[in-house]
Amino acid sequence: MNDFLILMKSELVITLILFVLLIIKVGTEMKNDRFLSLVQFLLLANFIAGFFFNEAGSLFGGLFTTNALMTFQKSILSLGVYLISLLFADWLKKSEHMPEFFILMLSALLGMFFMISSGSLLMFFLSLELSTIPVAAMANFDLEKKIASEASMKMILSSAFSSGILLFGISLIYGATGTISFTEMPALLDGSPLQILAFVFLFGAFAFKLSVVPFHLWTADVYEGAPIAVSSFLSVISKGSIAFILLTALYKVFGPMHNVWYNMLMILSIATMVIGNLFALRQQNMKRFLAYSSIAQVGFILVGLSGNSFEGISSVVYFVLIYTFSNLAAFGVAGVISQQTGKERIDDYKGLYQTNPFISWILALALFSLAGIPPTAGFFGKLFLITAGAAKGNYFFITMAALNLIVSLFYYLRVIRAVFMDKNEQPIEKINMHPSTKLGMIICGAGIVFVGLLSWIYDYIVALTV
Amino acid sequence: MNLISLIGLPLLTAVAILLMRNPQQVKWTALIGATLQFALAFALLFTFRNERAAGNEAQMLFELQYNWFPSLHISFHLGVDGISVAMILLTAFVVIAGVLVSWNVTKMTKEFYFLLILLSFGAYGFFISLDLFILFFFLEIAVIPKYLLIGIWGSGKKENAANKLALMLMGGSALVLVGLLGVYFGSPERTFDLISLSQLHIPITVQKICFPLLFVGFGVFTALFPFHTWVPDGHSSAPTAGSMFLAGISMKLGGYGCLRVATYMMPDGAKEYANIIIVLSTIAILYGAFATMMQKDLKYINAYSSVSHCGFVLLGIGMLTKTAMTGAVMQMVSHGLMTALFFAVIGMIYERTHTRQVNEMGGLLKVMPFITTVLFIVGLCSLGLPGLSGFVAEMTILMGSWQQPDTFHRVATIAACMSIVVTAVYILRAIGQTAMGPIKAEFSNLTDAAWNEKLAAVILIAGIIAIGIAPFWLNDLVSPAADIIMHKVAGK
Repeated sequence: MNDFLILMKSELVITLILFVLLIIKVGTEMKNDRFLSLVQFLLLANFIAGFFFNEAGSLFGGLFTTNALMTFQKSILSLGVYLISLLFADWLKKSEHMPEFFILMLSALLGMFFMISSGSLLMFFLSLELSTIPVAAMANFDLEKKIASEASMKMILSSAFSSGILLFGISLIYGATGTISFTEMPALLDGSPLQILAFVFLFGAFAFKLSVVPFHLWTADVYEGAPIAVSSFLSVISKGSIAFILLTALYKVFGPMHNVWYNMLMILSIATMVIGNLFALRQQNMKRFLAYSSIAQVGFILVGLSGNSFEGISSVVYFVLIYTFSNLAAFGVAGVISQQTGKERIDDYKGLYQTNPFISWILALALFSLAGIPPTAGFFGKLFLITAGAAKGNYFFITMAALNLIVSLFYYLRVIRAVFMDKNEQPIEKINMHPSTKLGMIICGAGIVFVGLLSWIYDYIVALTV
Repeated sequence: MNLISLIGLPLLTAVAILLMRNPQQVKWTALIGATLQFALAFALLFTFRNERAAGNEAQMLFELQYNWFPSLHISFHLGVDGISVAMILLTAFVVIAGVLVSWNVTKMTKEFYFLLILLSFGAYGFFISLDLFILFFFLEIAVIPKYLLIGIWGSGKKENAANKLALMLMGGSALVLVGLLGVYFGSPERTFDLISLSQLHIPITVQKICFPLLFVGFGVFTALFPFHTWVPDGHSSAPTAGSMFLAGISMKLGGYGCLRVATYMMPDGAKEYANIIIVLSTIAILYGAFATMMQKDLKYINAYSSVSHCGFVLLGIGMLTKTAMTGAVMQMVSHGLMTALFFAVIGMIYERTHTRQVNEMGGLLKVMPFITTVLFIVGLCSLGLPGLSGFVAEMTILMGSWQQPDTFHRVATIAACMSIVVTAVYILRAIGQTAMGPIKAEFSNLTDAAWNEKLAAVILIAGIIAIGIAPFWLNDLVSPAADIIMHKVAGK
């Protein structure tokens, strides 16, 4: 019983918060303002609680496993959710259904926690569904907007499709090896054609969720249609969680088939970076722009993943942490502007620096970090991913990644140019932000600046990995 | 002497600038910061010379090493030798002059000086780092300030020029990155430490792949032909101080990288590709010189002539003799001072006449004697008049080149020599048209240089003349360090 409490504490805390929110929603008439402050407090407490009582072990006959690294990964996701609750305070406050939004988001988060800790394909599938379906409901949160329903529909259809593929892959794996347990499977994998086929299906499902090219087609439409808070959840928290479970799946479970998936990863990674970058070049809408940019970022995550070493693990976890700060900051700025002015086009951002220097600098930091420019943390994140990927000595792959860094810089600079250099007769007027939005941006900005320079954060992750 | 102070001071200055309230405070903070940097650079020079005089023969002095990302074998390793000290001095000269020249910037003064100081932070860090990772870190830090300086405060087609510059420089650093990772994984021991790597024997196969990557990557920064195309646009669109920093400091990052990282770490690769470097740099020297002849815009004239002069730097490296290599470093310092001064003067003229077209000016000597005199001095330095720094540096390179006896090297040397004649043609023509002749009516009541401009010019001229009439102090500083690199190349 004690084991149960301690090992599952992250999940239990989230469940507890869920129940508290449910009770408040059903039983009281709490004002949105107070409710939001309460949720923010609870989420912060949840994030801090993630650093205490961390033990490794497994439960339910190996269905649920946890260790220090997994707990840290969960903490990153908790942090992201906390930041979302801060950054989109204005939008949340105005929503009639704010409690539902948090209940759905926390359910999805709970699903992700279980997914990270899952010890068998069955558990993995269940938790993946738990983490997907609430998000589809969240995508439709601007109830009066048609485009949001469209986004939600696209999301649910493509998720259902990928779940089907995943189940097919799981059944093939079970047919080929006779087990679905993560611990027993590696010994039974010999790279036979059937297993490779099963792996391809399985990986296809991951690729769908991560929006790896050519499974990315839903991404931009959903990001554009959904409320920005949901887009940011999809692009940061969802992707982060899938990247984490991919680490377990590729390194631990399918480790013996490394040669098979290395080439696959390389091709997909290059395709993802190139397509994501090229499409991002032409976007006019900020949300679609960030959608394609986050596709390209996933390509870089795959570079690190291909390393198949402890450096691969630590660099991916480190990158997701940095990516959380940088991408949420960018989404946060886009969200504030869209909420207060309704403007979402990059051209509308012209002259922003004249009227709103603070959010301009936050946006600049975020974009430089996404582009991998020092001294922002993104530089370290990208560099370590590339270093992990370079360990195989595949110069072609690394050169492609490095060249894609330049292309990505080109479009990030386009936004920077609009904000800082271009003149505009009617720039976006001075924006008054909710204080917690400002706090969220400051946390993101501090994260972007310091996570890279303070090397002990990376060392801490490495210590968890080894 | 603690080397942290060299990067700490610009950083503190930059933070202080952010805290200031009005433009006046910002300017004075920047000037005080730059003056302290200047003093610090001289303090470094004197302590360095004292250490050497006291018999300290260590390759790198004032070394510092802190752990930074130990799991990836990265350490914060700093240290200087003669070459670094020379480059730091150059940086300090250009920074103080740049701050002085920009005294009249009114648009977003705070941001302007912040970026300027940030750029100098990157440059100092680059010149003192002995770890490839932090070297790369500082190299890239300098890119974005350049982009913003050109894009916000520039003139003409500034956005395109800024984009071109940022992308080409990032392209260069992408090549550097691949090269660095190749060395990291290809060397017998995984380390980013420059000194350890130079002592390990990096396999010849790795050197053959990584040397060109690193050399071309750094070469982009220093206008290696055919990757020089960002130079004219970038320089001509940048604000005055931006051009000074670009040509005076930023292009030298590349030259320093080619020398310290590529050649020193991979001597076998250098030998393998030396002939290609010589061919490319000779082309750059001649092409730059001839292209300058066609230019009418003063900034373009100096930008193309920078391509030509920086070609000499690469030529000096490619010749692989101690004298030529020393000359290359001296040329970096000399060209940095000279070109910064040239851009400063062009800025001063432009601020008054609002044109940079040579044929629209004339007779300026009559209304602004000080500025025009400076223009004469810098022009004469550019064409290599004895007594000024340009002559010393180029002469040293050519003498070093002549030490290679075979026909190929001789031809390259003679071709490079010929460019000096071309330089004389375009410089004398440009200066003559600007300064001499009848003065136009609309220019007749222009004012001469203000105190800040005079001070900036005097500081840079002092540097140029100090090298020109007493070249041995710089030579003695640089040549032991060049000797160590040459020893590596000679395989001893």
